[in-house]
Amino acid sequence: MSNLSVDPSKRRFLVTMTSAVGGVAALGVVTPFVMSMLPSARAKAAGAPIEVDLSKVEPGMQLAVEWRGKPVWVVNRTKEMLDSLSKNDPKLTDSASENTSQQPEYCKNPTRSIKPQYLIVVGICTHLGCSPSYRSEVAPADLGPDWVGGWFCPCHGSRFDLAARVFNGSPAPTNLVIPPHKYLSDTRVLIGDDQGAAA
Amino acid sequence: MQKLLNWVDERFPLTSTYKAHLSEYFAPKNFNFWYFFGSLALLVLVIQIVSGIFLTMHYKPDAALAFASVEYIMRDVDYGWLIRYIHSTGASMFFVVVYLHMFRGLIYGSYRQPRELIWVFGVIIYLVLMGEAFMGYLLPWGQMSYWGAQVIINLFSAVPFIGGALSEWIRGDYVIGDATLNRFFAFHVIALPLALLGLVVAHLVALHEVGSNNPDGVEIKKLKGADGHPLDGIPFHPYYTVKDILGTVVFLMVFAAVVFFAPEMGGYFLEANNFIPADSLKTPEHIAPVWYFTPYYAILRAIPPIFGSQFPGVAAMGIAVMIFFALPWLDKSPVKSIRYRGPKFKIALTLFVIAFIGLGILGVLPATPLYTLISQILSVVYFAFFLLMPWYTRNDSTKPVPERVTQ
Repeated sequence: MSNLSVDPSKRRFLVTMTSAVGGVAALGVVTPFVMSMLPSARAKAAGAPIEVDLSKVEPGMQLAVEWRGKPVWVVNRTKEMLDSLSKNDPKLTDSASENTSQQPEYCKNPTRSIKPQYLIVVGICTHLGCSPSYRSEVAPADLGPDWVGGWFCPCHGSRFDLAARVFNGSPAPTNLVIPPHKYLSDTRVLIGDDQGAAA
Repeated sequence: MQKLLNWVDERFPLTSTYKAHLSEYFAPKNFNFWYFFGSLALLVLVIQIVSGIFLTMHYKPDAALAFASVEYIMRDVDYGWLIRYIHSTGASMFFVVVYLHMFRGLIYGSYRQPRELIWVFGVIIYLVLMGEAFMGYLLPWGQMSYWGAQVIINLFSAVPFIGGALSEWIRGDYVIGDATLNRFFAFHVIALPLALLGLVVAHLVALHEVGSNNPDGVEIKKLKGADGHPLDGIPFHPYYTVKDILGTVVFLMVFAAVVFFAPEMGGYFLEANNFIPADSLKTPEHIAPVWYFTPYYAILRAIPPIFGSQFPGVAAMGIAVMIFFALPWLDKSPVKSIRYRGPKFKIALTLFVIAFIGLGILGVLPATPLYTLISQILSVVYFAFFLLMPWYTRNDSTKPVPERVTQ
């Protein structure tokens, strides 16, 4: 058959099909490269729970420990600190900890803790991930006369009270995260694993 | 010699390329001070690539070794301090030159038809450059490297629904760590520089296709002499190569002065906190991005969370950069150059420059209620410059544009 005339519709069909099949192949080739950038098996395996000795934390002091590469704070709150918490309630975004993703069920209480004295919280601002500074003093010059202690994020000015609850008007949208934890004894706590207590 | 050249020309377009882009590329004869910065940007790109190659010979992209390897370059490698300071100064000078280059485009309407694609390629270059600078800043693994990257990567986690997975994919871990450092190194030394070179070629090919704009905003190709060359055009080489040598010499004097006398530039080119190794448990008291990102950072901080989400601020920051793409289609003025524009455009441009610089200053200051309020006002001015442009350029008064360029 010597038909020299071009059939444009056949040609268009072939070009379209070749492009489509090539495009699917390209997607397939891209997939392993994109997936290779996800957290690796080693990164997923890291992050075992850690044990902290609470007796080292003096009243009013904060201890920072590392869990899954993040700072976790252990704060020994004094009686005055605990008494001041309820005064903040009207100025908070989520004073009753209604947002369930920010703490395990057993810490949905006014002090956001298992034992009122000890607050255990992930020290990463819920705004853009800075670690706020612990400012336990009352009414310092830079934070104003109403300040009764809490955390101040140096990056974008978010403020949190001593139960790590965010103040209205802060850039941070939610309270700081309380990690799963469990008391092994009176003074020893396991952070990162509550062995199903939340379920 | 001529025979050798002929031999090459029969196999490779050497002479014709030289003529098309240098000796017979006709550029308008009225270029002024503002036309130095394109060629200077190319110079800085070369400086960064060369100094970068030599830094990679000693740098270790490993979270446990990175900080010490940079200190090793600074103290133990012969002239390592010089190469490192050239690279860090080059990063800031790149943005100085690029911002002035972009401002030139703004005042003379260089983004207008038929140069829209030159502008679009240029904005992509600017975006890639921001990525390049951001990833490079993580590599010394200091406190500012770590926490700056933490904040910027967390911007992506503010994206609704897919944000968390997206930021994990970028980090390669649940926190910034070795995986993040390693991949940023790969992007910083291979992926983005390659993209940058390709984009620069595209930027120049598009420029040489339509020809350069000039301070009068008139098209020199409209009036050609008997020889077919534009009446107001002069060959790029030797006229503008010689002019650019002058610019290069002055620029390198400034560059060397910074490298030798103020490499940290009072904490603006290299921040003090970055001389402390990255500590994932402690954020520095005051963190601010490097100066060239501060206008956008101020916009980010100016927008409060809406419906318990920080996404609006992040989106505003992204739009503030992306909006440059739309510029060629927002400007409806019948004239290109500021020389023939009316008062409305001049006022708008002045306000925009004030807003950009003002936001840049606010971006390095801590967030107080007053500063936040000023940032909010300046952010509105920033966006108004672009969004109201179709109106104020259309009914602005203009002066008649001459046929030929003026002196």
